[in-house]
Amino acid sequence: MTVNLVEIRNLRVEATTDAGRRVEIIKGVDLDIARGEIVALIGESGSGKTTIAMTLMGYARQGCAITGGEVRVAGMDMVSLSEAERARIRGTCVAYVPQSAAAAFNPALTIMDQVTEVARIHRFMSAAEAQAKALLLFKALSLPEPETIGNRYPHQVSGGQLQRLGAAMALIGQPKVVIFDEPTTALDVTTQVEVLRAFKSVTAQHNIAGVYVSHDLAVVAQIADRIVVLKDGTVQETGTTDQILEDAQHPYTRQLLAAFRPKTQQRAPDHDGATKRPLLEVDNLTVGYGPRSRDGQPLINAVQAVSLKLDRGRNLGIIGESGCGKSTLARAIAGILPAHAGNIVFNGRELGKAGRNRTRNELREIQIVFQHADSALNPAKSVGDILRRPLTFYHGMRGKARDARVNELLDLVRLPKSVRHRLPGELSGGQKQRVNFARALAAEPTLILCDEITSALDTVVAAAVVELLKELQRELGISYIFISHDLSVVEAICDEIIVMYRGQKVEQITTTRLSAPQHPYTRLLFSSVPKLDPDWLDNLKQDADELRAYSQR
Amino acid sequence: MKKQVSSLVVRRLLIALITLVIVSFAVFFATALLPGDTATILLGQSATPEAVEGLRKAMHLNDPAIIRFLKWMAGLFQSDFGTSYANNVPVATLIRGRFVNTMKLAGLTASIAVPLALTLGITAAIWRGTLYDRIVTVGTIGIISVPEFMIAALAVLLFAVYLKWLPALSLTNEVKSVHDLVRIYAMPVMTLTFGVSAQMIRMTRAAVVETLNTPYVEMALLKGASRPRIVLRHALPNALGPIVNAVALSLSYLLGGVIIVETVFNYPGVAKLMVDAVSTRDLPLIQTCAMIFCLGYLALITAADIVAVLSNPRLR
Amino acid sequence: MTYSTSSERLGMRLGYRFNLVGMSALGIILLWTGIALFAPRIIPHSVGEIVDTDYFGPMSRDLWFGSDYLGRDIFSRILMGARYTLGISLAAVTIACFSGVALGMTAAVAGGWFDSMLSRFLDALNSIPSKLFGLVVVAAVGSSIPALIGTLSVIYTPGAYRFARALAVNVNTMDFIVVARIRGERLPYLIASEILPNILGPVLADLGLRFVFIVLLLSGLSFLGLGVQPPYADWGALVRENIAGLPFGAPAVIFPSLAIASLTISVNLLIDNLPRRIRDRGAE
Repeated sequence: MTVNLVEIRNLRVEATTDAGRRVEIIKGVDLDIARGEIVALIGESGSGKTTIAMTLMGYARQGCAITGGEVRVAGMDMVSLSEAERARIRGTCVAYVPQSAAAAFNPALTIMDQVTEVARIHRFMSAAEAQAKALLLFKALSLPEPETIGNRYPHQVSGGQLQRLGAAMALIGQPKVVIFDEPTTALDVTTQVEVLRAFKSVTAQHNIAGVYVSHDLAVVAQIADRIVVLKDGTVQETGTTDQILEDAQHPYTRQLLAAFRPKTQQRAPDHDGATKRPLLEVDNLTVGYGPRSRDGQPLINAVQAVSLKLDRGRNLGIIGESGCGKSTLARAIAGILPAHAGNIVFNGRELGKAGRNRTRNELREIQIVFQHADSALNPAKSVGDILRRPLTFYHGMRGKARDARVNELLDLVRLPKSVRHRLPGELSGGQKQRVNFARALAAEPTLILCDEITSALDTVVAAAVVELLKELQRELGISYIFISHDLSVVEAICDEIIVMYRGQKVEQITTTRLSAPQHPYTRLLFSSVPKLDPDWLDNLKQDADELRAYSQR
Repeated sequence: MKKQVSSLVVRRLLIALITLVIVSFAVFFATALLPGDTATILLGQSATPEAVEGLRKAMHLNDPAIIRFLKWMAGLFQSDFGTSYANNVPVATLIRGRFVNTMKLAGLTASIAVPLALTLGITAAIWRGTLYDRIVTVGTIGIISVPEFMIAALAVLLFAVYLKWLPALSLTNEVKSVHDLVRIYAMPVMTLTFGVSAQMIRMTRAAVVETLNTPYVEMALLKGASRPRIVLRHALPNALGPIVNAVALSLSYLLGGVIIVETVFNYPGVAKLMVDAVSTRDLPLIQTCAMIFCLGYLALITAADIVAVLSNPRLR
Repeated sequence: MTYSTSSERLGMRLGYRFNLVGMSALGIILLWTGIALFAPRIIPHSVGEIVDTDYFGPMSRDLWFGSDYLGRDIFSRILMGARYTLGISLAAVTIACFSGVALGMTAAVAGGWFDSMLSRFLDALNSIPSKLFGLVVVAAVGSSIPALIGTLSVIYTPGAYRFARALAVNVNTMDFIVVARIRGERLPYLIASEILPNILGPVLADLGLRFVFIVLLLSGLSFLGLGVQPPYADWGALVRENIAGLPFGAPAVIFPSLAIASLTISVNLLIDNLPRRIRDRGAE
């Protein structure tokens, strides 16, 4: 029976809060990793997955401390070693691939400097050898211009490339264990495919054992041999990837899996869609930033001649990767960012391009809900104050009637009435987003623009929010324009989907025809979304020409 | 990239120039507001109205303010600083020697304060949270909080009254040896150094702490780098800009401190000259001294701004 | 997050935790405020009265801090001096911060040419070293109490403006401001209801810092003879009067300086040790 490379027994980690209280955040976790095995740590935010991963280096973030248990890596217990001994192991035996490579690279030093630094720190290779090894790694990770990329500075290189360079930086020391800390979370799906492939091939090639931290089951299914499900600092379930995906035992694991397979709604086809007037019609809208040139074109065109139509009671999804202009489009429709060409017709009336050119009623009818609920809610105001304002402003309500309505709104979004007195800082992410919604509903709108509202939320919480949206639509007859980069969420709620790329509308499809996109970019985008199938990545065939044309590497 | 850098620098210089014009405007008008008709003051209370009026015409005091301002500015450009009312000597002559004295004081202070403060500031940041850091922090807060004359007074008390090592007043024309030099400059320089260093230590420490709290420093730690390596290779290159910024801003503190120190120790510098000029309402002298100070201040602040802009590594 | 100041909404939320240093500092400040308010009633000797035949006399049971250069009781003079030092500084800092914050918030929210012009102008004012500005203006408009208050306010308004504006600009980029704007809210509402509550805490801390600067500048001006004029005397003037006693180590010179130091150090310590609200989600 071979001894495992990594053995964690009864790990306990405590954190000190703002007020000086000590809270246990990891409560007795056991974990094993065999040689050459990749184990995934899956959980939502706050589950402790990153904290556990970092204990493999004997490291705890500011304010946290390892208070008990053993973390044995290749026989050495990281918890009981001195700091100097731990430093010797970091980078050589255990290495770390950071979550945000952009932040983890020093902006003042060249890339090659930092990638080979481990060799200089631990002195196991000469500079020339280290550079040669780095070059090999760059090629293995499919980085462009591998010979010269090392001479650049971090800000001159794209996000996906930096992520892979982060992996090169970790692999230089030929570690036995690599910690992957959510390395693809911040990337677009098309870039993610490439990075995942690179990681998979390199880890297989060198038979590296690893810990892959993520909240995305589909991504993890591609690369991990075993999965450990975490919640609130304790292990809920462990098993091989196949076991977990097909035969999950624990209710929490099942809940996670269910959130990954959102139910597409059955929508009754709209019979007289041809004769009814559409709720919103956008015609050739062009929105840009920066100073205007002589023919009125702004310097940067974020949205170029996009047209769309939305019928009452139906939902429209806008999907695309970062920088495609979808948020800009939403802001233009809301009047936050005035378009400079094209027009917006709402309920038969043309809307002013800027908010100040619209009537109060027009502003009331279209509401927008933003992605980051912590910056969308005034931290100095209680939830009650936040909800009372639109009621006063739009409907002139006061006193008892207003308070009653606030309670109704909280009910609608399934929040307890006691939330009224709390400040936004005391609420969880999901609760904040619900308050965000309640504020939008206070205006009694006909259309709600949802700008990436689930992107900052955990999958389970996001699924609950999407359910809420569906219920609200059934009860109140609101229409949604749902903007996201996450196809599965958009599928779950929208009748039609618009795909955007670099400011242009590339294709419009109905949900029922999702499996047959026409445009090459749409095909690329849809095929890049990871599925809960361990063989998905290996079987993925994407046209190399399409990749090159569209990927924003 | 180079174009972007130079355009940013040029912008800063232009802003400094405009500021200088506004500031000279302010100085001119503030001094022109000085009460008491200048002509009357110069001629004395017993002067006849005709004599006063004659002097006013001769000194162009009846011209509209704007004309007088422009004439004054023109004069400055031609290095004509006017003539002192009090002793009828060209301002330039009065200032020259004293300016050199103040520069000596400032220079000595800077050469001691900068290395001292940088060392203390950086080391306090590296060992933040330790007793050493706490002592440094408390000490600097204490020094910054008290008026300079109190530091001067304490220095005099300690070194002149109790220890009797140094004289209480500085008479620079008695310098015959290095020993004399030390005896005379020691206390003014010490007083100034305390104030300037305290400011610099606080700002330097803050700058270094900020770079030590970054993800890339954490990454270096996770690669197994030792503490000296992290500080020298990772933190300092990024903290350099803010540190130089801190040095420039702290040196501008000298401009205020020197006014008090020269007064307390009777040191014959430009600041003392100006304080005396204010009591005698000597307009041209006040204006010129004020402009010197403002120029120096502006130069330091602009230099600090430009360094802050240039030190952004994303501009390479 | 600089705008998260619910912790500093004094008296409106429970659960504060004060620490010892902060409390002592607050105590000293309150003590001086009390003294300033009730000085005429509590001084043992009248301020103009010559009580000692010996000038620069030592500390004794009758004269706690000794006597000054004319033989007057320094202790009483310091207590009375508190009225001037604190009163003038408090008045000046209130005006400076009020104007600075109001202008700063308006400039941040309104933007456009108003913001540029005002910022440019106030930045220029900020480029004049404060002691110099004080010297020149006070020499011009005199050293009467209102003139001093006015001069000090003008000198420190640009700093308060810059600080408040920077904070307000940060808050202005938040999504909740976008939400309010697109509701159709107007400038006064945005400033008073959305921005101000979020910057109040740091602004109050800045007020404390500015108060210290003003006390130091006022004392410096009085020390140079350009501040509070005889027969009134603030602490800086007291030092000036008695500077001749320095070579003798007379308490008459030391104690006014200590008074200033005690006030300014206490304010600095208070700011650094402001009570933090116990914010503990794990407790629910």
